[in-house]
Amino acid sequence: MDKLFDVELTARLLQLDFVLMALGAAAVLGLVAGALGPLIVMRRMSFAVHGTAELAFTGAAAALLLGIGVSYGALAGAVIAALLLGLLGGRESERDSVIGVILSFGLGLGVLLLWFYDGRSSNKFGILVGQIVAIEQQDLELLVGSAVVVLIVLAVIYRPLLFATVDPAVAVARGVPVRWLSPLFAVLVGVATALGVQIVGALLVVALMVTPAAAAARVTSSPWRATVLAVVFAEAAALGGIVLSLAPGAPVSFFVTAISFTIYLVCRVVAHLRGRQRSLRDLSGSDSPRAAVRPS
Amino acid sequence: MSTTGTGEAAAGTGAVEIEGAALAFGDRTLWSGLDLRVEPGEFVAVLGPNGSGKTTLLKVLLGLQALSAGTVRVAGTAPGKGNHRVGYVPQQRAMDQQLTLRGRDLVGLGLDGDRWGTGVRGMRARRRKVDEAVESVGATSYASSPVGVLSGGEQQRLRVAQALIGEPDLLLCDEPLASLDLTHQRTVTELIERRRRETGTAVLFVTHEINPVLPHVDRVLYLVGGRFLIGTPSEVMTSETLTELYGAPVEVVRVGGQIHVAGAQSALCEDTVHHHGHDHTEPV
Repeated sequence: MDKLFDVELTARLLQLDFVLMALGAAAVLGLVAGALGPLIVMRRMSFAVHGTAELAFTGAAAALLLGIGVSYGALAGAVIAALLLGLLGGRESERDSVIGVILSFGLGLGVLLLWFYDGRSSNKFGILVGQIVAIEQQDLELLVGSAVVVLIVLAVIYRPLLFATVDPAVAVARGVPVRWLSPLFAVLVGVATALGVQIVGALLVVALMVTPAAAAARVTSSPWRATVLAVVFAEAAALGGIVLSLAPGAPVSFFVTAISFTIYLVCRVVAHLRGRQRSLRDLSGSDSPRAAVRPS
Repeated sequence: MSTTGTGEAAAGTGAVEIEGAALAFGDRTLWSGLDLRVEPGEFVAVLGPNGSGKTTLLKVLLGLQALSAGTVRVAGTAPGKGNHRVGYVPQQRAMDQQLTLRGRDLVGLGLDGDRWGTGVRGMRARRRKVDEAVESVGATSYASSPVGVLSGGEQQRLRVAQALIGEPDLLLCDEPLASLDLTHQRTVTELIERRRRETGTAVLFVTHEINPVLPHVDRVLYLVGGRFLIGTPSEVMTSETLTELYGAPVEVVRVGGQIHVAGAQSALCEDTVHHHGHDHTEPV
């Protein structure tokens, strides 16, 4: 256990350049993931995020083989995946299966590409479970650039997107272009996923993109507050995960997902306790407005 | 008794102006030769059996469906162009309990949900407007609850606030009372009626049940299998006219200020056959 929590060692490691670089990347990712998260959860896109991440892995594997930057490969893979899912999975009933179909093929293709690659094997492992310590200056630049674009686009389309998400019938009636907002949002999610793949890896991206928002949705029903909370939770998981992983030198992924999961559990417990309090209050006091509107 | 009000066609812009409109999908014609002019402050109920094109008419007015022939203008402009001046109240639907959305957020979307950009600048004015709209439908006590946990009646009140917050010239209602109990039907109807009385908003109200809105209805548009009638309730809702419209015996009974249409269901033989077939397959 001493090995797991060595404060002195952690403090020393925190001064290293590559660690700071990693923290910067994680902070950017936490912001983007938290901002997109509530909409991902409300649009029921958790599985789509997972599918997109697998294709980001395929793209990254291809880039590794071709000797291009892994970040560019992941980005290309994720955006292509997002567009594919948007095009093929139009109908709600079909969406799940389409994601499954594309995801499995992409993963298989990625495995083949890695088999061709005869470089360092830690690189192979890295794109599946993350390789945050290997982030370099040029990766960080791409990360920040993509994140800024995602956040700006999100800010511009936020209200119509929320409208189309929670209330599609009325949104259509008010002239919101529901049909092309979906694929556009899928691309934003794709870009964010590609960023996440480099930090927590393709297999665990959901821990940053979905879990924080799902936790936030348990404790607030205000869209704004949910977004702020999701960002805070995602930052806690991403930054906290890296810091905790420093001393033991254990995989970042474990700590990121563990923090994320713990936050989720706590939020569920809070929601449960609040719900019980409310039902107790409803039982004791009959002056609640809900009881008064009973039809005669 | 086709269009009343053709005489005052020259007097200003109507809330809805439909001329010679036809709508067909392939060789199936929903309706044709439809002329309808709805004046500001007028309450028009759109009646008819399922599949007669009531909802499609609303889609035309919202600019979501093009006409096969004829012209349509909404508040003086092409449909879909002036959607800010049109409020829309949909049918009540169950909403996801876990949806991260409060009642007041739903109302707020009616105000600026279709605008691009962050809208951070007018936050205070926006909050005041939403508060007022919520209060005007008596929803203040539950406006901060998640919409998913509200009852159907509570949701529909918020829907009315959502449609009215943009101060529309025309209110399009698509079966807003369906699945509500009588008390809530009356509340929602009265909210819509009050808006019409106070600001002269025209109302086009699609419904399969005229009685909840009967006291407020100026005219009825009755669509059946490609044919239609327009007139006051007392003109249209009689045994003779509806029998002619359905092409089969239909009896209209007036009881205690209410209108009941008997036989309309069996007049549409497709419906009866369908239901019969369905019934017979049940006992397995």
